[in-house]
Amino acid sequence: MSDQVLWYTTRGSGAVTLLLLSAVVVLGLLARLRFETRGWPRFLSAAVHGDLALMTLVFLLLHIVTAVVDPFTHLGLVAAVIPFGSYYRTVWLGLGTIAFELLLAIIATSLLRQRIGARVWRGIHWLAYASWPIAVIHGIGTGTDNTAIWMLAIDVVCVAAVVSALLWRLLAAPPDPLADERRVAAERASFGTGR
Amino acid sequence: MMSDRVMLGIDRIKCDGHGVCADLVPELIELDDWGYPIIRSGAIPQSVLPHARRAVSGCPTLALRIQSLATRR
Repeated sequence: MSDQVLWYTTRGSGAVTLLLLSAVVVLGLLARLRFETRGWPRFLSAAVHGDLALMTLVFLLLHIVTAVVDPFTHLGLVAAVIPFGSYYRTVWLGLGTIAFELLLAIIATSLLRQRIGARVWRGIHWLAYASWPIAVIHGIGTGTDNTAIWMLAIDVVCVAAVVSALLWRLLAAPPDPLADERRVAAERASFGTGR
Repeated sequence: MMSDRVMLGIDRIKCDGHGVCADLVPELIELDDWGYPIIRSGAIPQSVLPHARRAVSGCPTLALRIQSLATRR
């Protein structure tokens, strides 16, 4: 019975992690788009984005710990830390491990953003574009519920939300009204100081 | 004891005009017509300081800082 509780927790927290992670990605894109409405000021997208990311990490750790501890699968800690270190469903679990570790890097650098500077932080934040799709593939590939209607519905909703936000982000005009002037000025400045 | 008087400082090169700071501390920052911050001069009142700190950590480009009034630039 307790084994089953662990297994159900792994599955449930995996689905919740996917939902939360997708919401985090969408909110991040909204922040980048400088989205705002009357009831949703600009700072809110980034603020909720960060808070939800931490909550995602909690569910993700629950997902990983219950999977590792579960005596039936016998995964062991190595599979959770070393990509493709699992004998069981090596590729699919390895993808999950990679997505997890990319997310860890993104969150850790965000917490240290003031110290490491905007440029490094932003560069590492781009890993989100790898972490999210890898996580989705991990779920579709090895999820126990991956053929259940409700899980497919969650997959569809998450992918549709992220893809639409991403398209919006790509097709929208640069939100900075002085974007062109800024680029020229920056080039001139870096030329002047030899950086 | 001398009071530790601080003010908001901004790096105009880094600032991209997101406008997040003006959302978080309207007491100290308003936006110009292009969406770039205009910072109220003078020391930050104690009551507003937590909000100023949030604005500093919330700035998408890390262009905002809290600095001593003495090192004003």
